[in-house]
Amino acid sequence: MRLLLRGARVVDPSQPIDEKIDILVENGKIVRVAKNIYKSRTQTEADAPSTLKTLDLRGKIIVPGLIDMHTHLREPGFEYRETIQTGCEAATAGGFTALACMPNTNPVNDNHSVTGSIIRKARECNLCHVYPIAAISRKSEGAALAEFWDLKDAGAVAFSDDGKPVMNAALMRRALEYAASLDMPVISHCEDLHLSAGGVMNEGFVATELGLLGIPGVAEEVMAARDILIAEFTGTAIHIAHVSTAGTVRLIREAKAREIRVTAETAPHYFTLTDEAVREFDVNAKVNPPLRGIEDVAAIREGLRDGTIDVIASDHAPHAMTDKDVEFDDAAFGMVGLETSLGLSLKLVADGILTLDQLIMKMSTAPARILKIPGGTLKTGAVADMTVIDPDAEWTVDRSCFRSKSCNTPFHGWDMKGKAVMTIVGGEIKYQEP
Amino acid sequence: MRLTKKDLLGIKDLTVDEINLILDTAESFIEVSTREIKKVPTLRGKTIINLFMEPSTRTRTSFEIAGKRLSADTINISASTSSVVKGETLIDMARNLEAMNPDVIVIRHSASGAPHLLAKLLRQSIINAGDGAHEHPTQALLDMMTIRTKKGRIAGLKVSIVGDIAHSRVARSNIYGLTRMGAQVTVAGPATMLPRFIERMGVTVHHRIEDAIRGADIVMMLRIQTEREQQNIFPSLREYAKYFGLNRKNIRLAKDDVLVMHPGPINRGIEIAPDIADGPASVILEQVTNGVAVRMALLYLLTGGRT
Repeated sequence: MRLLLRGARVVDPSQPIDEKIDILVENGKIVRVAKNIYKSRTQTEADAPSTLKTLDLRGKIIVPGLIDMHTHLREPGFEYRETIQTGCEAATAGGFTALACMPNTNPVNDNHSVTGSIIRKARECNLCHVYPIAAISRKSEGAALAEFWDLKDAGAVAFSDDGKPVMNAALMRRALEYAASLDMPVISHCEDLHLSAGGVMNEGFVATELGLLGIPGVAEEVMAARDILIAEFTGTAIHIAHVSTAGTVRLIREAKAREIRVTAETAPHYFTLTDEAVREFDVNAKVNPPLRGIEDVAAIREGLRDGTIDVIASDHAPHAMTDKDVEFDDAAFGMVGLETSLGLSLKLVADGILTLDQLIMKMSTAPARILKIPGGTLKTGAVADMTVIDPDAEWTVDRSCFRSKSCNTPFHGWDMKGKAVMTIVGGEIKYQEP
Repeated sequence: MRLTKKDLLGIKDLTVDEINLILDTAESFIEVSTREIKKVPTLRGKTIINLFMEPSTRTRTSFEIAGKRLSADTINISASTSSVVKGETLIDMARNLEAMNPDVIVIRHSASGAPHLLAKLLRQSIINAGDGAHEHPTQALLDMMTIRTKKGRIAGLKVSIVGDIAHSRVARSNIYGLTRMGAQVTVAGPATMLPRFIERMGVTVHHRIEDAIRGADIVMMLRIQTEREQQNIFPSLREYAKYFGLNRKNIRLAKDDVLVMHPGPINRGIEIAPDIADGPASVILEQVTNGVAVRMALLYLLTGGRT
């Protein structure tokens, strides 16, 4: 089976290229990237005309398949919120060809059999690539290291106790050292549990007015500082998850200037919303780390612009109505993101914060490099994972249309411009805009 | 004039005219409680549910008496007798109550925003009887009524609120109400008890009680919650009483005709010395009396009454 994508603008930050060019896919791989493959079609087709499928993508943009390096698929254990199947459907509908899923399932993904079962199920779904992230500590309890080698051999691509911080600095040190010897990345959820204890939203003026307990920005920053210092000491890499504060952006910027091996991600809600979104006790705006102040949002956007923040990840955290339709204090933290990430991130391009090339770097090429997984490029010989974007498509977020099993989004009713209209994984069209 | 709101969720939502309407109505209800037969037929046939998900004696009793003096049928539900002990959610319980067609639901809840959740879902009038550390609007209204009755005005008065502002719904509602009515509000306490950016609510901030009460017309002391000691909000009750308690010595810094207020229940000898609580400047029990009138006024106005 061969696929010819013609007439589109191709944006690939890995080469880099940004021009109108055709792409030929054969056996799941990109075999040719050249101008006017279409015009020489008759010769090419002469060999096997019936097996060539040509897609006219004029007016569209082809980018390396988007990779979400921070997703919660909820299976095993919380299938009422999301399953691997529904999560992958949401991912491909949102333009993602690959995702990495966090280990806070039940049981926790801290052993090879859970990792193996996620990979097997994802393969059966046959939609997008699923790369499990395994736990740093057994049961993510922060006490004893999980079996990193065994997990790596089972297919895990990184380690994280996401959802829970590693409070024990010595354990984090050992995790960084041990993971580095396996050439595996460690992802840190930065939160000092003593500073955040009891908090349900950002500690700021809105929390003061609403009488809700706050989570101060410093709860994130002290842990980011700690992990940067440990990474400097061990000389190994660390990836900081879901950066939400101006202080963390500054710490990472300074660490990079000192050539410490730190990378970082943020999520669309942290560069889009402030804690004002919580004003009406909207449980869909309850997320951890919490939505911050306007100066934090500005710093995150600047961090994205100047390269301090390498990656945009969704932190897709599906929750059922039963987890959310309760008092604000009792509502679960988290929001879905797979189907809104690209739309919200394209606003950064519209706002002039990022070029499209820089955006695709942060949503595809950089996560592939950090996780050391295939994809993130449209070079000849690469796996044919591609996202086709219609930059002019205007649409409105409608949570009732989500493929995800959950609809906990604060962006319901938002107007977007730009959308993934086709998601190609391994040369096969896994999603096409109806 | 009538109150056009469905619910009373907080003072923040009230205009000066609405506050005056409620206080004027409350004043006209004071007299009912002094009659030999303390009952008027105003709310005959109306049903009021008092849903108290957090312990309360004063506020719950006050709402119940207010309803009964207006001839409404009042039903009390407390957390321990409610179906939440069987695992029912607040929303499900509220929908079940709604199905029995009450007219007003009064709710006290430990979670900020719980009354707002009900107000969005139910067609009944919701009265917030205290939600978390957010608002306690009827307390602020009865406080304003007490000040207005005693001083003849609110505008221009200097009101000092002393104590754990961060965890106090009484403080927030009073700050909204008193600043809106033109008072100058000062808050005081150790920094651990003052939430971030509190000054943006239009108040002056002090860290010493002496600075806060100097020249004050009103000193409002907040109850110290003794369990906060474990959270290192303050080192000890002894130190708190010594440095932040209102006593015979520091009260001299206030105006000679100062009024001392407290939302209750008081910790005698901690935030307020016994002789001050019982002394001539104290209006603590008048606050309680006015509470019944304010709640009668609200029940009357929210069920469509007019003045």
